[in-house]
Amino acid sequence: MKPRIVKPSPLESLGQSAATALEEVVALLSFVGESAVALGQCIAHPSRMRWRPLLYNIGSAGVGALPIVGLLSFLLGIVVAYQGSGQLRQYGANIFVADLVGISMLREFAPLITAIIIAGRSGSAYAAQIGTMAVTEEIDAMRTLGIAPLDVLVLPKILALLIVLPLLTVFADVCGVFGGMIMARAQLGVGFEEFIDRFTKVVSVTTYLLGIGKAPVFAAIIAVVGCFQGFRTKGGADSVGRQTTRSVVQSSFLVIVADAMFSIAFSALDL
Amino acid sequence: MAITTTMPEDVAVIEISKLSTRFGEHIVHTGLDLDVRRGEIFAVIGGSGSGKSTLLREIILLHRPNAGSIRVLGVDLQDIDDAAALALRLRWGVMFQHGGLFGSLTVLENIGLPLREHRTLDNAAVDALAAQKLALTGLAPEVGAQYPSELSGGMMKRASLARALVLEPELLFLDEPTAGLDPESAGEVDQLVRKLRDGGGLTIVMITHDLDLLWQLADRVAVLGDGKVAGIGSMAELAQMDTPAIRKFFDGPRGRAAQEQGQQKPAVPQSELIGSPSWKPK
Ligand SMILES: Nc1ncnc2c1ncn2[C@@H]1O[C@H](COP(=O)(O)OP(=O)(O)OP(=O)(O)O)[C@@H](O)[C@H]1O
Ligand SMILES: [Mg+2]
Repeated sequence: MKPRIVKPSPLESLGQSAATALEEVVALLSFVGESAVALGQCIAHPSRMRWRPLLYNIGSAGVGALPIVGLLSFLLGIVVAYQGSGQLRQYGANIFVADLVGISMLREFAPLITAIIIAGRSGSAYAAQIGTMAVTEEIDAMRTLGIAPLDVLVLPKILALLIVLPLLTVFADVCGVFGGMIMARAQLGVGFEEFIDRFTKVVSVTTYLLGIGKAPVFAAIIAVVGCFQGFRTKGGADSVGRQTTRSVVQSSFLVIVADAMFSIAFSALDL
Repeated sequence: MAITTTMPEDVAVIEISKLSTRFGEHIVHTGLDLDVRRGEIFAVIGGSGSGKSTLLREIILLHRPNAGSIRVLGVDLQDIDDAAALALRLRWGVMFQHGGLFGSLTVLENIGLPLREHRTLDNAAVDALAAQKLALTGLAPEVGAQYPSELSGGMMKRASLARALVLEPELLFLDEPTAGLDPESAGEVDQLVRKLRDGGGLTIVMITHDLDLLWQLADRVAVLGDGKVAGIGSMAELAQMDTPAIRKFFDGPRGRAAQEQGQQKPAVPQSELIGSPSWKPK
């Protein structure tokens, strides 16, 4: 019998990719459910908690990310202030640069840039780590040794990011606003004191909290998608790379979608 | 065919009946029946893709069959709950084809991990037991401090075996214990399996293509073909059968050479092995 390789018709490939995507969504949802149950059990019985991996993950995802998060949000603050300065100067509204930088950084840019950096940095690492373990039969070995992979590999990562991402967002807030201040002084002649003065008047605590409040949601998305894609690794080493890429693309995508939904929700709630 | 229900005193540790497995359209097992007796070395052979690894994964609760029943150590794997599954998992050990050692732990930590997880022992006791298993598998004590990535293939398999043995299992599964090893290391693994068997009591189920291992160690061998057990019996019995699925293991130069060698120095006679009362259930 000669094997025939039939190229599927466009309609057929469309249907196939739709079915694959649907299957992935269902699998992701069931993974979310499993993780939530495991998380609930862990909270009910804290003795089940794996402290060592939790602390390790806090260190690697949090402390390790400080330089890059700080630098990028600082640069973002500079860019925002610079872009605004041309417009503001025309109207002589130089001092409003504090409003611009403060509100846009705290509400939108700092949480978003932090989440995207962490998706690229930690989400991909999660997918690669779990994917490699799947390929080398470590996950199977773990199950056979009576150790639940969710407890050891997933929960510590989710919890670590839930703790770390809001903190990193605060750090990004600070660095971003500082970048804006430097640009405001250089381009608009708004001194640090003046800037801070205006900043404390116009930027409310709500703005700050709304920004920070998004971080745990982003954290959950990044950790869950990274781990999920890792567990979906099948076959050889090339599959690890593929799943890692997918994890970054999907978590960045979902983070931005979630951010858009937050904007809609906040505007509906007049926040 | 040498059907294996002749000895009523044999207790089956694994009973598989009417097992069916599919991956999408692809049928792997259709109505497969198999029994493994207590205390024997049982080997599963079959062509590539005949479903050996899948069968093993089903027996060790890593994959659910589509239909049929599997009983291991008297427990039905269908609808098993988490607690029962955990209890059962601690009664068997598995040596994975690629070792399945955790890359983030040293060899000694790997071996001690099941003890740390499931027994309340202090660190010194865990390390002592782990070191003992390390020595049993013929690894030098200094290997304990190394990481799995620093080991050769043969050492990795030994370390994996040491970890599989650390909870003193009743049942040991070996997936391709000698695949990918040079003849010398393969011979050493061979010796190791022999040593375990002579230690008594342990039932060993292995998947292998290694004809030496089959001729010299396996008490019974099941040949998988077309989703079923195409033949079962000792190698000498299988060599007499003329089902095509079985013949291809014995015909051809490699098959014949191993056969000649195997018949020159036969393994310990079966009667001696099965009769040995050295093992008692805990
Ligand atoms: N997770 C899976 N998804 C889809 N198909 C699978 C999966 N696992 C195994 N298969 C298919 O099932 C069949 C049996 O696979 P299995 O790994 O059990 O074979 P095997 O007998 O162990 O072969 P080998 O000697 O090459 O290891 C193969 O055709 C394989 O393609
Ligand atoms: Mg296989």
